[in-house]
Amino acid sequence: MSDLHTTPLTALHKELGAKMTGFAGYEMPVQFSLGVMKEHLHTREKAGLFDVSHMGQVLIRHEAGYGGAAADLETLVPADLLGLGEKRQRYGLFTNDTGGILDDLMITNRGDHIFAVVNAACKGADIAHMRAGLPDCEVVAVTDRALLALQGPEAAGALAPIAAGCEIMRFMDTGIFTSDYGELWISRSGYTGEDGFEISVPEAEAERLARDLLAQDAVEPVGLGARDSLRLEAGLCLYGQDIDTTTTPVEAGLSWSIGKARRADGARAGGFPGAERILDEIAGGVARCRMGLAPEGRAPMRAGTELFANEDADTPIGQVTSGAFGPSVGAPVAMGYVAASHASEGTRIFGELRGKRLPVEVAKLPFVAPGFKR
Amino acid sequence: MKFTEEHEWLDEEDGVVTVGITEHAAEQLGDIVFVELPEVGAEVSKDDEIVVIESVKAASDILAPLDGEIVEVNEALVDEPSKINEDPMGAAWFFKMKPADTSQMDDYMDEAAYKAFID
Repeated sequence: MSDLHTTPLTALHKELGAKMTGFAGYEMPVQFSLGVMKEHLHTREKAGLFDVSHMGQVLIRHEAGYGGAAADLETLVPADLLGLGEKRQRYGLFTNDTGGILDDLMITNRGDHIFAVVNAACKGADIAHMRAGLPDCEVVAVTDRALLALQGPEAAGALAPIAAGCEIMRFMDTGIFTSDYGELWISRSGYTGEDGFEISVPEAEAERLARDLLAQDAVEPVGLGARDSLRLEAGLCLYGQDIDTTTTPVEAGLSWSIGKARRADGARAGGFPGAERILDEIAGGVARCRMGLAPEGRAPMRAGTELFANEDADTPIGQVTSGAFGPSVGAPVAMGYVAASHASEGTRIFGELRGKRLPVEVAKLPFVAPGFKR
Repeated sequence: MKFTEEHEWLDEEDGVVTVGITEHAAEQLGDIVFVELPEVGAEVSKDDEIVVIESVKAASDILAPLDGEIVEVNEALVDEPSKINEDPMGAAWFFKMKPADTSQMDDYMDEAAYKAFID
């Protein structure tokens, strides 16, 4: 795996016996000794520690401060960023001119500038896109920091001794903490549906921080395998799989990320790539929707499984984009795009597996109740 | 006991061969979450895909190791696929078959050869 990038924690993962795999150009742990199922369940019961250092950390500065940077970034992202409070974080999307999605990202108001976290596979393109589209901003890739995620009901208890005060943060609050591990950039958010934190730490201190977190009884290392099943149960999209340039935010059920101010009769309506199509879709609806899918049997319906209205129909009405066994649900779970005519909750449709049409119910997302501290 | 390159084990007793997957295979597959077994009475040919197993990672097929008739399947695995990770060489056998020609077993590895094969 010599052509893959490493993270500041790669050596620790190997020491802990992780099975490693290539992901978005990085050598990453897919599972540790507990295995995917137990790592998943442990995260929902106690706390899991994930290395997400492959993701892109970006600072966006403007001479007029946060307001300047936010106003500029609103030209690329259909979220209400000028309305985002200081030290608060918000989910957003980069859209393209046809209303497709270039990437999804987390955006933080850091008082006088923006901190953003973008997907590993997209980070080079995202940074180029921002540098081209935000000529009055300085777009800085942060390359000397690791990113850890500590997720689960016991995450706050495990992090509090390290970053005093983190336990009183609410969901989507952020803060800069001085600690024994240098300056930590912490947000109370994540990608599992659980309470938890993402922690940006100077790379030289990352391994020591990870070891000290793992030394606590509640905390186990968790790989990308469980990260995927956790986010799927939580109904969260994986870029490149559930959303991409061929899906619009409205089809993907992500209209909630387009604040009122950016909508048709809002204070700053439109003004982002693909606005015409996206605002039309918000007003007039879409032909297909991303929905939860609950297969009736035990067979997982994985990405690519075609969906049909009945057992005999010739033409598919949709496709699974993510599917797996949901360890907390105790049954297979999936999500995918379904024709609007068949997308209401409770509709019974069929997925074709190995030549057989098996029943699957259109379901509400998420499959598990969120554990966020609002 | 005999072993295939597909990581199945075959245990013959009184003309009936019990088939499962090896500990090595179960470990490589990871947590198993779904099993689909053949029908009792099915006539199968060597290399037919007759069992589907899915782990948290992916789906895999188990091939019929011999020509013959399926005489029993381990239904308990359908409700509790995790048994395959717990006891792949024992309680979590997949099916029993009556081979058309037991000499087909001679092509497969013994335990020492299988151990060498997976190293």
